[in-house]
Amino acid sequence: MLEIFASLGLALELIGGADPTLLGIVVLSIELSLVAAVAGAAIGLPLGALIAVGRFPGRRSLIVLLNALLGLPSVVVGLVVYLLLSRAGPLGSLGILFTPAAIVVAQTLLVAPIVAALARQTAEDAWKDYEEQLTSLGVSRLRAVPTILWDARFSLLTVVLAGFGRAASEVGAVMIVGGNIDGVTRVMTTAIALETSKGDLPLALALGLVLIAVVLAVNAGAYAIREWSARHHG
Amino acid sequence: MAERAPATLHARDLTVVLGNVRALDGLDLTLEPGLRTVVLGANGAGKSVLLRTLHGLIRPSWGKVTWSRPTRQAMVFQRPVMLRRSALANITYALAVNGVPEPERTRRAAAALTRVGLAAIASRPARVLSGGEQQRLALARAWALEPDFLFLDEPTASLDPGATAEIERVIASIASEGTRIVMTTHNLGQARRLADEIVFIHAGRATERTAADRFFDQPASKEAGLFLQGELPWK
Amino acid sequence: MEVTLQPVRWNSRFARMAAATAASMLLAALPAAAQGTFITVSSTTSTEQSGLFRHILPEFTKATGIEARVVALGTGQALDMGRRGDADVVFVHDQVAEERFVAEGYGVKRFEVMYNDFVIVGPKADPAKARGKDVLAGLEAIAAARAPFVSRADKSGTHAAELRYWKAAGIDLARDKGPWYRETGSGMGPTLNTASAMNAYALADRGTWLPFRNRGDLEIVVEGDKRLFNQYGVMLVNPARHAHVKKDAGQKFVDWVISPAGQSAIAAYRINDQQLFFPNAKAGS
Repeated sequence: MLEIFASLGLALELIGGADPTLLGIVVLSIELSLVAAVAGAAIGLPLGALIAVGRFPGRRSLIVLLNALLGLPSVVVGLVVYLLLSRAGPLGSLGILFTPAAIVVAQTLLVAPIVAALARQTAEDAWKDYEEQLTSLGVSRLRAVPTILWDARFSLLTVVLAGFGRAASEVGAVMIVGGNIDGVTRVMTTAIALETSKGDLPLALALGLVLIAVVLAVNAGAYAIREWSARHHG
Repeated sequence: MAERAPATLHARDLTVVLGNVRALDGLDLTLEPGLRTVVLGANGAGKSVLLRTLHGLIRPSWGKVTWSRPTRQAMVFQRPVMLRRSALANITYALAVNGVPEPERTRRAAAALTRVGLAAIASRPARVLSGGEQQRLALARAWALEPDFLFLDEPTASLDPGATAEIERVIASIASEGTRIVMTTHNLGQARRLADEIVFIHAGRATERTAADRFFDQPASKEAGLFLQGELPWK
Repeated sequence: MEVTLQPVRWNSRFARMAAATAASMLLAALPAAAQGTFITVSSTTSTEQSGLFRHILPEFTKATGIEARVVALGTGQALDMGRRGDADVVFVHDQVAEERFVAEGYGVKRFEVMYNDFVIVGPKADPAKARGKDVLAGLEAIAAARAPFVSRADKSGTHAAELRYWKAAGIDLARDKGPWYRETGSGMGPTLNTASAMNAYALADRGTWLPFRNRGDLEIVVEGDKRLFNQYGVMLVNPARHAHVKKDAGQKFVDWVISPAGQSAIAAYRINDQQLFFPNAKAGS
């Protein structure tokens, strides 16, 4: 218990003191996670909506696969991305292993299935309401995809945030493909893992609290946007 | 609205099986141009399914719907589905999907809004409008498409009398410009006010088709008689 | 007509905005990968976690203008990184494995840089009576008492050393291994965390132990044995195997750590007034 209180104090100190190293780590974490969330959304949202609205052979299997991918172990993703991006791998010539770009690639692969699976659910509900009206207006299923995505945008914001949360809290894959390089690819989660392995548990926990605070702040902001929009757009 | 040669709709042996239920059961119907048709029938008689099948939303299990020439159609539902955007954008969206280019698109959308009396709230989000306003917007959206046939499925069922009167005025106005109206209602007063002819549906078949002024006094079929006396269940 | 609203195509405008945002954020995230000259050094957790690199790397960068990025792993993994061509320089501590690495043609040449030493840590009460200067006697006592011992079991340099000590002490782990011998399969830090929680013995490198905070009831029970010395070597990954290796910048790093400047930087690093690493590069090598 005492340790947790000590960590809380330390966390406040870290935030209040605006330690430049910590600040760099936090900013990098948010930046990479945001890019991954946006990239994952760019893949996952249309994919999810397409599966929700579309009628094609293999659709059911795809849904099962997508839901299974929700539990995709991040270490596996990390390993696959590592092997792809390694100099000895097929994409080795890009030379982006152990750079922030590699982290974004791994995070995106983890985020996209989450966004797709959750977006499918949301889009399917919306499609139930819209199908007759849109079909009546002469809207094709393909044309309905962007319409549904746009109309469900406030709900989908939550979906994208879930993706952001996954990216920000990701450690296994990020450690493998980023290498936890000081000042280059050290993000909040790998810093926490490092401090834990140094036995500095209070500092590790304090960093964890900072991470939670960051995710909380982003979510609170999104919630406020959603509330505001719902009031103004119905 | 552009002058067009009138179209006739033929439905032959129309049968729709939904689950274990024959919602339509070998229905034959011809709808000539120029009239306002109100489809009446007890609850569950198949009115809504008929409209959706004629409009093409439901594929008949047997039989078919044919048109004398290619037609434009639109439909207004009991509960309007409003897109999460402005009133005007709800209409421009429908026009864009149907290939109407700018600036024609915005001009037509604005004109339709003006005709249903919603010009002042064109920029308001459609979802925050009242039920009556939403239904007028749905009518404006359908109207802007300049349809030959307009199907309306109980368009005033969830509205108060004031909003209902407003909707009826708009429907009459659309009809006066040559659009063929086919609607269902459970409001007999409304049927009297709007219908040129009544199609009565019972158990998935059209049991009679009678001029409106005659139908209410001397229905031809036994079922219609019972229905008018309030003997058949309906909501 | 009273309607004055401009035609709004939100879908496409939104899409453009999202695309622009994504692109600008990607650009913001990527420069770190593209600026200046840098080399990737695969090394061990002991050098990274002890804080040595944080101490000496700025001096290297100041001297050469080259940024050295360290990926800290176990020695086995660090050498594999070099084999795959994912590092320019390998800086580890397992002489046998390093010499094999060079013999296989993955490394150009091995240079000795420095040494530190291993220690056996264990409960203050020392229930196995392992305390002393003799590492082999200590391990024998632990095995005899079947006192809890935590092994890294991760093919790291420390793990390789531990296995050599067991063998030298005449203990056949394959036979004597029991519930008392726990294999974590993880790095030095996590292994120490486990030992601390179990109040068990463990072999650790001094560099990781000294700054380690979560000691619980553990302290050093065996140290000072010559056989506990732990030699570090540095190698340039062979450009003949991996053409993209930054051989000039990588060679500069190798040259610098064995130069007088690098050697004195290593010697100057201290925690709690204790020197952690002892430079021993052979002059003129």
